[in-house]
Amino acid sequence: MSERDTIGELLLRRGVSRRALLKYTTYLATVMALPPLASRVMADALAKARRQSVIWLSFQECTGCTESLTRSFSPTIEDIIFDLISLDYHEALQAVSGTAAEEARLAAMKENQGKYVVVVDGSVSTRDGGVYSTSGGKTNLEVLKETAEHALALISVGTCAAFGGIPHANPNPTGALPVSDIITDKPVINISGCPPIAEAMAGTIAYLITFGKLPDLDHLNRPKAFFGDSIHDRCYRRPFYDKGLFAKSFDDEGARKGWCLYEVGCKGPVTYNACATLKWNGGVSFPIQSGHGCLGCSEPNFWDKGGFYRPLSSHAGNPAAIIGGAVAVGAAAGVASALLARRRKQQAAKESQS
Amino acid sequence: MSLLDFARGPALQVALAVFVGGVAWRLLSLLLLPWARDRSVARPGAPSALMGAVHGFVRHLWPPKPAPGNAVFVTLNSYVFHFGLAVIVLGLAQHILFLRGLFGVQWANLPSGLVSAVSVVTLAALVVALAHRLVDPVVRLISTLNDYFSWFVTVVPVASGLLAVSHLGARYETLLAIHILSVALLLIWFPFGKLMHAFLVFLTRSETGILYSRRGGGI
Repeated sequence: MSERDTIGELLLRRGVSRRALLKYTTYLATVMALPPLASRVMADALAKARRQSVIWLSFQECTGCTESLTRSFSPTIEDIIFDLISLDYHEALQAVSGTAAEEARLAAMKENQGKYVVVVDGSVSTRDGGVYSTSGGKTNLEVLKETAEHALALISVGTCAAFGGIPHANPNPTGALPVSDIITDKPVINISGCPPIAEAMAGTIAYLITFGKLPDLDHLNRPKAFFGDSIHDRCYRRPFYDKGLFAKSFDDEGARKGWCLYEVGCKGPVTYNACATLKWNGGVSFPIQSGHGCLGCSEPNFWDKGGFYRPLSSHAGNPAAIIGGAVAVGAAAGVASALLARRRKQQAAKESQS
Repeated sequence: MSLLDFARGPALQVALAVFVGGVAWRLLSLLLLPWARDRSVARPGAPSALMGAVHGFVRHLWPPKPAPGNAVFVTLNSYVFHFGLAVIVLGLAQHILFLRGLFGVQWANLPSGLVSAVSVVTLAALVVALAHRLVDPVVRLISTLNDYFSWFVTVVPVASGLLAVSHLGARYETLLAIHILSVALLLIWFPFGKLMHAFLVFLTRSETGILYSRRGGGI
């Protein structure tokens, strides 16, 4: 594959017809709530587009995001689109290693200066100069700053890169930060999730290539097309919530009947993602359909929100000590106040007798 | 920290602490006051203090006949929003979960739609109560900022809760955060304002009942 080949030529070479491409862009346009004509525009633009140079940086992560994107349920056109980007650097996927790998990154940066897209999965260690996560003798912090300097845009894949994720969780020993806290002079798109949905990633790249601009983003810089609705609003169990029918535990009658999982800690009402509509494993299921509440993994600080199994309407943390202390203080103040009144009474009685 | 994290965490903890500490202070400072012995001679056939307290409390549950003006309507309206508030607090699944988190006990919830309907009626009754306070010259005269603020901190949780459960007006996390913060405001104000009547009504009416059952002709 040459970078001068267009995606259309490569698709044809792989036996993907224009009709199949049109079907895919129609699906993408529908998923992203674009006008009907956009599917044809996307198909034409994708067919004519040259392979986008992508440098994929993996920092403090578990490789789950890459697994989600590269090992989807069955080979789909998303995989092919993913294959057809010019993935010039990806530590988990590239064949070369060591100095040669780092040279490939630097070469791609030089050749595509100002045009390449940087995809990051994993958060960035910043404490003590970022020494807790290094590669090729450089800290993640250095690599990110160096690579982002001449990038067209950055895409933070997964909650770790987008919001800090699990490395950022209390007590955050490595000083983990999201990409957007470090790179502030380039557009950063967040595709959050632990892991993120493959279609959201492919759709966002396709949009970038097709229209040459960022898609509509929400206040957390996530594409509205995929993160515009809450899991709760699109959940098939929503009618049970509205009726007040809740599973009280994971094996009770309500759970077996498929009632709402709010009481067992579902974070669907405050989580924005496309899990309930696009689902996973080729549209087979998603966590709530499998009987477990949403963890809220596509939201900032999801690990530190007071417990996965604590309902949203309950208080976070453990107020027992504070409340116990408050009762003691209040009671002491009450007793002191009453004793003062008694003393005043005795004083008054003494004065009236004398 | 998001607004919802703040509301569910520090705000609620401070509010609960102020509430329980404040209530303990108010009740103990009142109950431990030196009591003046009633040296009057009890009227013939006067009931015991306990019976007098019970009678006094029951007696004040409804206006005496002939009820003056719109007293029956005002009393009925008060019952509507008091029962409504009880149904909302104790009947909605989300509230039961909150209480379970504090006390470890749980009970069956009412259908959400029914609680929403009760919330609308409660809100309407609270608006009527405010209108009566503003329109009736006597009630208006004796009303202070304490009364109006107590009304406000009662209405806001009902209204914001109704919006939150209906997902109306803003994102759910914002509505839930506002609702929890409004409850925190209510809890903080509770021991220091007229809302304390939830505890003190039993003391004041019983005390009045004891007094009236001992002296005079009785009513």
